[in-house]
Amino acid sequence: MGYEILGLPMAYYIAMVLKVLVVFVFVLLTVAYATYAERKIIGHMQVRLGPMRTGWHGLLQPIADGLKLFFKEEIIPSQADKFAFLIAPVIALIPAFIGFAVIPFGETIEVGGYKIPLQIAAYYDTAAGKVVDLNVGVLYILALASVGVYGIVLAGWASNNKYSLLGGLRSAAQMVSYELAAGLAIVSVFMLSESLSLQKIVADQANGAWYAFKQPLAFILFCICSLAEINRTPFDLPEAETELVSGFCTEYSSMKYAMFFMAEYANMVTVCAVTTTLFLGGWHGPGFLPGWFWFIAKVYFLIFTCMWIRATYPRYRYDQLMRLGWKVFLPLTLLNIVVTGIIVSF
Amino acid sequence: MIMPLINGLKITLKHLFMKPVTLQYPDERPTPSPNYRGLHALKVSHNRAKCVACYLCPTVCPAKCITVEAGEDQNHDKYAERYEIDLLRCIFCGYCVEACPVDALKMTDQFELANYKREDFVFVKERLLEK
Repeated sequence: MGYEILGLPMAYYIAMVLKVLVVFVFVLLTVAYATYAERKIIGHMQVRLGPMRTGWHGLLQPIADGLKLFFKEEIIPSQADKFAFLIAPVIALIPAFIGFAVIPFGETIEVGGYKIPLQIAAYYDTAAGKVVDLNVGVLYILALASVGVYGIVLAGWASNNKYSLLGGLRSAAQMVSYELAAGLAIVSVFMLSESLSLQKIVADQANGAWYAFKQPLAFILFCICSLAEINRTPFDLPEAETELVSGFCTEYSSMKYAMFFMAEYANMVTVCAVTTTLFLGGWHGPGFLPGWFWFIAKVYFLIFTCMWIRATYPRYRYDQLMRLGWKVFLPLTLLNIVVTGIIVSF
Repeated sequence: MIMPLINGLKITLKHLFMKPVTLQYPDERPTPSPNYRGLHALKVSHNRAKCVACYLCPTVCPAKCITVEAGEDQNHDKYAERYEIDLLRCIFCGYCVEACPVDALKMTDQFELANYKREDFVFVKERLLEK
């Protein structure tokens, strides 16, 4: 263990690779089973059973779906822009996954004398005696959320299909306008935490002092805006099966379609994890169970809420969506910032 | 504005815990109600079909799916020499059963009528006889 790279012992790098592997596999599995959970939960909310026949109570359904999509024929429309058409799903998928790099999902654990924080992009600085992580973690997440839009817009444009183009444009407009409100909703959290580091934000929320209680309006607005940002019902306009024949992914088939699908669910998992970190105290919870358990429990509860909302509400109309974003949410978040500013400074 | 939204969430949550109404079809089978209109059957009495070939059923049939040809038996009674129902045309309205003056026709609870060939959907007299 004597080797050092860039002034850090070898063990830190091994731990980091292990963390990446564990988190990536875990998120992939969550994404796969989120599709199953969604079908089951919505099924039961409509007094149906949902998938039942692939494995016990349909438990092998996500695997069967994946295999089916994997072996399907690749179809690229002859008039499509091939390069953009192929790269778009990748652009949509990758930001959805790498957002997890900065999310702290548990307390610092000690393995073989080394303290390892359960956060991928972080290490324990022995000299300073504290965890060092990306000090602009939230900015990083917001940036990735914006990159994800490119995938969808490119997909819509490259397909050379009027419905896809409309879906892509809609999603661009929707995501840009709601990102603004979501970003401003988070600003009120920074004003309390005085840091952009997610470690610091989580540490501030120890002992049940969640920002969801201190900033209830920001919490609710952020939840709604993130729903709009990840294109889920009631804001699933870019896909809108009934009017746009599933929008930007009309022309996509096989694995490329699967990648969009995974991106959508990975986005949902990431956004739920971000909400947990920013507002619901991250991995903090009653001490009798480890931090990562509470983190997963909170994230899963939020994912369930997303599905619950999908089972309940119809889709917004496009003009209503824009009005809500610009005329309601934006002023409300600005007002929240002003009020928080007044309270913080006095 | 907020209360209806919360009420909606409450309703879906309540339904989450209800017993699903789905029937796992090939494993579980429905029990059709007594007045279910499935495949037709010609009633049998004294070892022969009760039908007297009066032509009321093809007359009343809105889909024109019934073909009857009358014949004469050894007692010089009229009987249906040929009685066919084309199930591809039939709309299962049950008017034929209502129209029958001698109560020779009924509808059973058989609903699994899929077949591979068009000809197999034409039910001749032998296939229609009550079992």
